[in-house]
Amino acid sequence: MNFFSFSRAASVADALRDAGAGAKFVAGGTTLVDLMKLDVETPAVVIDINRLPLAEVGPAPEGGLRIGALARNSDVAHHPAVVRDYPVLAEALLSGASAQLRNMATTGGNLVQRTRCVYFRDTASACNKRVPGSGCAAIGGYNRNLAIVGTSEHCIASHPSDQNVALTALEATVQITGARGDRSVPIGEFYLLPGDTPERETVLEPGEMITSVTLPPPAPGARSTYLKLRDRASYEFALASAAVVATVTNGTLERVRIAMGGIGTKPWRNRDAELALEGKRVSAERFAAAAQIILSGVKPQPGNAFKVELGKRCLVHALKLVTAEA
Amino acid sequence: MSGQALVSASAAVATEAPPARPAPPGIDIVFTVNGKRVEATLDPRATLLDTLRETLDLTGTKKGCDHGQCGACTVHVNGRRVNACLSFAVMHDGDTITTIEGLGTPEHLHPMQAAFVAQDGYQCGYCTPGQIMSAAALLSEPCGPANADVAELMSGNICRCGAYQNIVAAVQSVRQRG
Repeated sequence: MNFFSFSRAASVADALRDAGAGAKFVAGGTTLVDLMKLDVETPAVVIDINRLPLAEVGPAPEGGLRIGALARNSDVAHHPAVVRDYPVLAEALLSGASAQLRNMATTGGNLVQRTRCVYFRDTASACNKRVPGSGCAAIGGYNRNLAIVGTSEHCIASHPSDQNVALTALEATVQITGARGDRSVPIGEFYLLPGDTPERETVLEPGEMITSVTLPPPAPGARSTYLKLRDRASYEFALASAAVVATVTNGTLERVRIAMGGIGTKPWRNRDAELALEGKRVSAERFAAAAQIILSGVKPQPGNAFKVELGKRCLVHALKLVTAEA
Repeated sequence: MSGQALVSASAAVATEAPPARPAPPGIDIVFTVNGKRVEATLDPRATLLDTLRETLDLTGTKKGCDHGQCGACTVHVNGRRVNACLSFAVMHDGDTITTIEGLGTPEHLHPMQAAFVAQDGYQCGYCTPGQIMSAAALLSEPCGPANADVAELMSGNICRCGAYQNIVAAVQSVRQRG
């Protein structure tokens, strides 16, 4: 591992002072330390932010719930307000990683979790995300776990998180602070498509820090589910997943929010698919049509073409679960 | 696949090494390990796992994958189970760490240690310290009653020998005793 200088931030201002290009904040460490061991991440400066007062989960001033960036995944998953009002988030979190990792990983760190693409993780391989311009070994290589939507000719890396899929269906907002002040970014605008700059994954600028995530007040009467399909039953990343939050009245879908994981270069939401369901009667045919909207015209690789059908079935099944009569 | 082919493939795409950075100063840390106050000055690159094993000579905690995928390095930090391989030791200033050496002694086994012996919850034993630290922490976490619930919450601990059934039996025997 490369040398780096280490500091413990006593305050947010303290952390921001040392931050910038070449510096990384460390919280849980589950992504950063892992990737530093592989020389994939090589920060010159590591700033420990674990002592900052950003772990609280509580009511947001504008209504809804505010989750501090340093709240651990396990604490969020078992928080009474999350279990009661946002069960899709609890389910997503508990479907991810292991109990040990969930005790370490934070809300903010999970938001910027890096891809599990094997070529990104291997410095001997070509990877435009890790070394811009070096090529993409995943295209034409091993790509079973990689993306089929949102890809570019430069990168097909999949977004690995479960949390962020649920946060996308819940229309969360990310609070960010930095030398130039504070800003809030809707999660739908937080992630960037790879395009020809796959090294840029989010709108975070060097030196900026995520301080919290807010969830809007829960939709009255909403039902939800997080369905995750993977190669083994536990402790594995999604091949396809679906977070569905829907309100159903007398067999009619009123409000529908859908986000999918495993298939995209970012947590994947397509408003057209939701609109195809809203105001319509619950029916398997409509579910299939919505899935078709999300997955039509995608460009899979030979190694992950199965995800087109898997993704459709995942979403259809999730919609059936959510709309089943209690 | 031959090693030679791998080496030449690596060389073909290797990028220029960045200029070497100077070694940074050691970082002071004070923490509590198995009830004892420990003061140390550490290379910031040292993980909690390597510090426990190499600096403090607590080799009960095992290194398996070193990437948070196997659970062999599971210890308790402030009462919660974590992968010691995925944090730098210097991040634990002021923390309280418990390793397998601090959980029980040969004369006074922790109930989970005794249960692993009684239920034969291991074969080669390499994953066992991590399994037991994980299982001991599970006792104070939300967990459903079924064997499947235990298996789900123990999925971060891999056992190459496949002693899973007896591990679940050991965990359940301690939970059922209350």
